[in-house]
Amino acid sequence: MNKIEQSISELYEIDDLAAGNSMIHRRSALAKLAVTVLYIILVMSFHKYDLPGLVPMVFYPVILFQLSGIPVSLCFKKLRYVLPVVCAVGIVNPFLDRSPVLYLGGVPVTGGMISFLTLLLKGIFCLQASFLLISTTRIEEICAALRKIRVPSMLVTLLLLTYRYVTLMAQEVLVMTQAYSLRAPGQKGIHYSAWGSFLGQLLIRSRDRAQQLYSAMLLRGYRGEFPHAQRAAGGFPDMAYTLVWTAFLLFLRFVDLSTLAGGLLI
Amino acid sequence: MITFENVSFSYGSAEKPVLSNISFYIGRGESVGLIGANGAGKSTVMKLLLGLLKGTGRIVVDGKEVQADTLSYVRKKLGFVLQNSDDQMFMPTVLEDMMFGPLNYGADRKTAEEAADRTLERLGLMYLKNRHNHRLSEGEKRMAAIATVLAMEPEGLLMDEPTASLDPFNRRIVIDTINAQPQTKIITSHDLDMICDTCPRVILLSRGSVEADGPADEILRDRALLERCHLELPIRYQFR
Repeated sequence: MNKIEQSISELYEIDDLAAGNSMIHRRSALAKLAVTVLYIILVMSFHKYDLPGLVPMVFYPVILFQLSGIPVSLCFKKLRYVLPVVCAVGIVNPFLDRSPVLYLGGVPVTGGMISFLTLLLKGIFCLQASFLLISTTRIEEICAALRKIRVPSMLVTLLLLTYRYVTLMAQEVLVMTQAYSLRAPGQKGIHYSAWGSFLGQLLIRSRDRAQQLYSAMLLRGYRGEFPHAQRAAGGFPDMAYTLVWTAFLLFLRFVDLSTLAGGLLI
Repeated sequence: MITFENVSFSYGSAEKPVLSNISFYIGRGESVGLIGANGAGKSTVMKLLLGLLKGTGRIVVDGKEVQADTLSYVRKKLGFVLQNSDDQMFMPTVLEDMMFGPLNYGADRKTAEEAADRTLERLGLMYLKNRHNHRLSEGEKRMAAIATVLAMEPEGLLMDEPTASLDPFNRRIVIDTINAQPQTKIITSHDLDMICDTCPRVILLSRGSVEADGPADEILRDRALLERCHLELPIRYQFR
């Protein structure tokens, strides 16, 4: 399987995951969206040196991974392209901020190291929370939830169609690269002299496919608004889910669990 | 049910017309094969009928002229099955795809799901209901695409190359399915044997004009006429 096929397969894999039936999958998109947004806000609100305070926030993804049955390894596999970017953002911190803030067995730990780790953890937690949201909720349901909180229809439709069209575009790239490589044996990749026409063709073909798909939608009554998905509406379990998580996340954020745990041990 | 009166279409004023002055009438419940060589104008006829293109002349569907303010009415009356099922199936699962049309036309979720169930049951496709579209075989995809259109309970069924790229077994299933539908049908195809099996009447297009319109049994046996229009006799008539 080449890289493009793998990308298409990974996109489909997310769809498959989101179609699961765990207790997390069964919750409404609106509830999950609200909890995810709250979690991300709370994670980002930690001070750059507050590593001990941030660590307990790991409970949210850990519990959700357990309850939803989504493998943690799959999450890290899918985030492999984004994690280096997260690392790159804070990689210079240890060089810029060299003042030691504590000593571990005589080894100084600098402020830069702490802030780098904090930044890294924040990135990982936020990415995991986003991954958990999309792997337990179908994109149509997320979009329905966004509409419910009055996000403009144009933006929501754009998000939904981008998600749908990206597969079409990837399929066109796959067909074109296969056709190219069959007539350029032994050549690695696409020669730069063909990039212009390749991109031009890709644009035209993608546009044609998208036009076909859009026509199919129009012919079945589409008028700029996707019909609302089933699980966008909330009930008592969804309300309970939102309230329990909100209380738990606020507890993690504002109660210094690390100090409490340390106090119990000493 | 469907009337074309002096309809012409070209993609630009300087371009050669794709359709010039074509007229025909299709009655309720008729099954008509729209045949012709590549570029004869078959797909253009379909697109004009559904209001995806705008030409000159008059097109009437069930008493209403096809124009901007009647598009919703016309598209509810006529279901269109595209040649490429991947373009037709854009929702994650077969059920959601089938509910897309009814929901857009104002049905509530329960009614839309009932319509989907009824259609799947009738076509013997209940096993596809919750399947993911990208996991379907080509034959299953084609049947599911037909089901998505039938779930809207249209009065007319337009099909673009419904048997293209299907193996003989799935082709036969699609033909039987088409024959089992009571709606008015217009089918475009180069598979003239399939047209013989499904359509008692044929409209033959050539270079944007109606070259022949009549019983399939006569037109599809006329070797000279078909060859003049860059077509061949159906296989069943070739060796007689």
